Amino acid sequence: MSDTVKLSVEIAGVPFKNPIIAASGTFGFGEEYHELYDVGCLGGISSKGLTLHPKDGNEGIRVWETASGMMNSVGLQNPGVEAFIDHGIAQMRRFGNVLIANMGGHSMEDYITGATMLSDADIDMLELNISCPNVKSGGMAFGIKAEVAREVVTAVRKVCHKPLIVKLSPNAENIVDMAIACEEAGADALSLVNTFQAMAIDIHKRKPVFNNVYAGLSGAAIKPIALRMVHSVSKKVHVPVIGIGGIYTAEDILEFVMAGAAAVQIGTVNFNNPMAGRDILNNLSQLCQKEGIADINEIRGIC
Amino acid sequence: MRYFESEVVANQQITQDIFVVQVKRNGAEAAAGQFYMLKSWDTELTLMRPISIFKAEADTLHFMYRTVGQGTQRMAQLKSGDPIRLLGPCGNGYPIAEIKGKVAVLGGGVGIPPLCETAKTLQNNGVEVDAYLGFRDVLFAVEDFESYCANIFISTEKGDEGYKGFITDLLKPGEYDAVLTCGPEVMMRKVAAMCAETGTSCYCSLEHRMACGIGACLGCSIRTKSGMKRVCKDGPVFLSTDLLW
Repeated sequence: MSDTVKLSVEIAGVPFKNPIIAASGTFGFGEEYHELYDVGCLGGISSKGLTLHPKDGNEGIRVWETASGMMNSVGLQNPGVEAFIDHGIAQMRRFGNVLIANMGGHSMEDYITGATMLSDADIDMLELNISCPNVKSGGMAFGIKAEVAREVVTAVRKVCHKPLIVKLSPNAENIVDMAIACEEAGADALSLVNTFQAMAIDIHKRKPVFNNVYAGLSGAAIKPIALRMVHSVSKKVHVPVIGIGGIYTAEDILEFVMAGAAAVQIGTVNFNNPMAGRDILNNLSQLCQKEGIADINEIRGIC
Repeated sequence: MRYFESEVVANQQITQDIFVVQVKRNGAEAAAGQFYMLKSWDTELTLMRPISIFKAEADTLHFMYRTVGQGTQRMAQLKSGDPIRLLGPCGNGYPIAEIKGKVAVLGGGVGIPPLCETAKTLQNNGVEVDAYLGFRDVLFAVEDFESYCANIFISTEKGDEGYKGFITDLLKPGEYDAVLTCGPEVMMRKVAAMCAETGTSCYCSLEHRMACGIGACLGCSIRTKSGMKRVCKDGPVFLSTDLLW
C-alpha cells in the first residue's frame, strides 16, 4: 500500500525520489551515516560546506546543546573545492541520489572561482551558502543585506551552469526581500533557513562558550520561526523553496510542504537519532497514507 | 558500528555522583578505549552522550559515568529493564597490538573507567599492567582493577586514602614500555611531559564536546601535529607526541 504514495518531487528540473535531503554540515559527505543505513534512500545529500581553499575551522568548543536544539561554530572545516572535485564527488555518487555541492566563500573572487570549478564538475546542483554565520569575513556579510546577496548571486549565476540553490540566512535584515533579490539575481531555487545567530556563556569560566562568541542555533527550537519564514517567502517567490529548520518528524515535513516547501532538509535530528533519515522517510509514506495524501506535491503551499 | 536499542540490566550508584549502568550487549563490538554514544531519552535532550566502555563482558557492556549535567542526571534515574539506545562502538581505542612488555595505566577521576577494560585487554595479551588511579577525595572502581594489575597506586588530593597529592607524583615513566592515560587535560599534559623526558610512549584518551559522535559533523575536531583530527573518530586515543600541548 505504501508504494502508492508518490513522494517524488522535482526542483529546478532535477528529479528527487523523495523530498528529504540531508542538510549541509550535518552529514559530512555521507560516508559516516552510510555505515548505519543506505543514505542513498534519501532524495539527496547536501555536502559539507566547501570553500575554495581548505579550511581547518574554529578553535575551541564547536558544538553545544541547548533546550530543544544546539549551537554550532564549526567554522567551515572542509577539504576545499579541488579536493572535493577530485575525491568527494565520486564518494557521493556511490549513493545514487541527488548530489548537491554546498559552497561558501570569503570574497566575491572565491565565490566566482569556486562556482566555476564546481559548475564543470559532476554535481547535480550547487547550493550557495551566503549565510554561514561562523566565518568572520564574507559569509555573514553576504547573507544579511539583500543587495549584497544580489551581487553574489548575480556573479555566481554567470559562471554556474548547474541548477543553483541559494541558502538563506534567517539573520537577514528581511528574509522576504532577501529571497526576492536572490530570485531576481537568478537563483533556480531557495533553501531556508540556515542557523540563527545565538550565544551561550559558561558561568563558571565567566566566558562565552564559543571562541567566536556567537554561534548558530538549530534544532526543534527554531522550527516555528523557520516555518514562518518558509511560508512568507513561498508566498512571494516563484522558484521552489526547500525548507530547513528543526525538522525531526514526518509531521514536520508535511507542515513545511503545506507552508510552501517543495522539499526539506534534515540536520540536527541526525545527531539525536542517527537513523533519522531512514526513519523519517518510512514514516512519511505511512503518514501520507493516513492523511489521505496520494502525492506529496498536492499539498504544497496549501496554507 | 550500529545504532540499537538495548535493555538496562542494572544501574548502580557507586558514590554521590558516580554510577555504573550495565546494558545487554546484544553482540555489540567493544574494544578497550572505545566509547558509545548513549541516550535514555527521545528528543527531550538533543544530543546523545559519549561515555567510555568501562567493561565489556560476554553479555553486558558496562559504562561508568559521573552526573555532570542533564544527560547523565537522566541516566542516573535508569532502572533495570528500562530501554537505552546506543550508537557505537565509537573511536579508535588503544592500539593494543602495539603495546607490549610492562605498562602503566594512569587515570584521574572519571578518566579512570576506560582504563579498566584496557588493563584487562592488555593483561590478556600478556602485558604486565600497573594502575595509577588519582581521585579528588572519594575512591571508585579501584577493586575493578585488582584482577588485571600487578600493582595499584592510589592518590587522593585530600589524603584520606592513599598518597596525598596528585597521582602523577607516583609515576616513574622510565620503568614502563608505555603509559596509557585518561583524565583531566592538565593531568594528561603532565604525564605527556614526564614521558617525553624518559622517551616513554604515551597514549592519551581525550574528551571533547560532540554532536554526531561518528565523524560527520566535525564538532569535535582538534589541531594536532598531523593536522585536524576528530576526537570521536580519529581518536579519542592519541599519541601524546602528536598533540599540540
